[in-house]
Amino acid sequence: MRFVDEYRDAEKAKRLASQIRELCEPGRKYTFMEVCGGHTHTIYKHGLEDYLPEAVTLVHGPGCPVCVIPMGRVDDAMAIARRPEVIMTSFGDMMRVPGGKGSFLDAKAAGADIRMVYSPLDALKIARTNPDRMVVFMGIGFETTAPSTAMTVLRAAAEGLTNFSVFCNHVTIIPAIKAILDSPDQRLDGFIGPGHVSTVIGCRPYEFIAGTYGKPLVCAGFEPLDILQSIHMLLRQLADGRAEVENQYTRVVPWDGNRRALEVISQVMELRPYFEWRGLGFISRSALRMREAYAAYDAEARFDVPGVRVADPLACQCGEVLKGVLKPWECKVFGTACTPETPIGTCMVSSEGACAAYYNFGRFTRRRLEETSLT
Amino acid sequence: MCLGIPGEIVELIPGQTDLATVDVVGVRRAIHIGLLGDQGVRPGDWVLVHVGFAMSKIDEAEAAATLALLTGLGQAYTDELEALAESDIT
Repeated sequence: MRFVDEYRDAEKAKRLASQIRELCEPGRKYTFMEVCGGHTHTIYKHGLEDYLPEAVTLVHGPGCPVCVIPMGRVDDAMAIARRPEVIMTSFGDMMRVPGGKGSFLDAKAAGADIRMVYSPLDALKIARTNPDRMVVFMGIGFETTAPSTAMTVLRAAAEGLTNFSVFCNHVTIIPAIKAILDSPDQRLDGFIGPGHVSTVIGCRPYEFIAGTYGKPLVCAGFEPLDILQSIHMLLRQLADGRAEVENQYTRVVPWDGNRRALEVISQVMELRPYFEWRGLGFISRSALRMREAYAAYDAEARFDVPGVRVADPLACQCGEVLKGVLKPWECKVFGTACTPETPIGTCMVSSEGACAAYYNFGRFTRRRLEETSLT
Repeated sequence: MCLGIPGEIVELIPGQTDLATVDVVGVRRAIHIGLLGDQGVRPGDWVLVHVGFAMSKIDEAEAAATLALLTGLGQAYTDELEALAESDIT
């Protein structure tokens, strides 16, 4: 496992931690947002906050695809799924996400034909083998999964399949980051940029964060040392008075992203004028819908979708958690009324959700470096 | 869903545009490689697989590190692997 040791070496982590401490100006506080739910998971799993000085606080961003789906869209999906001719297909992550009237799991128990799939291509296969049924794929996710959905639609079109469509809920990360930057209660000093989204969009789309908002962003890998190193790079920029986009995850993220994936998305999908995000409200041009040319594969064009807006439950503070204003455990219902088994809010559903990660790894105290090891 | 799972390309599936067999910790499944465009995927290459699609080429060291990280995730990784094992892309 020599490859792995390179990214896990506790000695290296301690060295980085002390360099991080040296870069902190006395008396100054630093708040960084990790945009991606995968990073949130690594941070909690490895207790990375324990390696950081008190001056550095990490807050968790909106980069969990399941967490940002509003209740109304879940209800819309359910309305489609309940039609007798429909087979609804969805990633497993989505099954327990509560809408206003229960989740996919509840609807399935009540008789709707809802099937879990690993890939949109599995949904396509179900369509091929069930020519007398209408197969709908619940498309969710950021730019990491949008190209896969788009490519699947192209495949369906090439095969001439007429019983396959997508209920498109794909969202884009940049407008969400901008909404957070424009939010009056944000006090961020910089961003740990998402890893896998960036493999698709590259690093350029983040340049406005540095240019217009004067905040540094570092695209980061998912290893504990990647994240510590990214924090070090952010602090280095701040110490130098710089605000730039840097790429720590060069071994996977190309600066220009994946051109083919971007082409496929824009061939099949276009930006919606606006889209509702759970907890964040309506954000302009923040999500994708199917282009007119692919209306035959658009579940919203094919079926009557109620489009009812459902307010988030009053007790739920996912919005504040997604904006990084609240830590998961500061939510009123965290761990009591809201648990991974019976989630009220989406942040508790997905393993990438900040609340679920926090709940599962139970990080309630910031222990000091000496007491912890990076395992 | 957002977990990228490393897999080694075993073969390009004959007669199937853009499909390849990939080995993910012993599980062999078909995936789509069309999003890698003209990067030229060959048997022996390592790729990060998201929801049945190869999204980026990686080297073997990165693959090993990512696998170890994923294994450490526990349930989330097991769920993803089980989902992959259920997958039957053609």
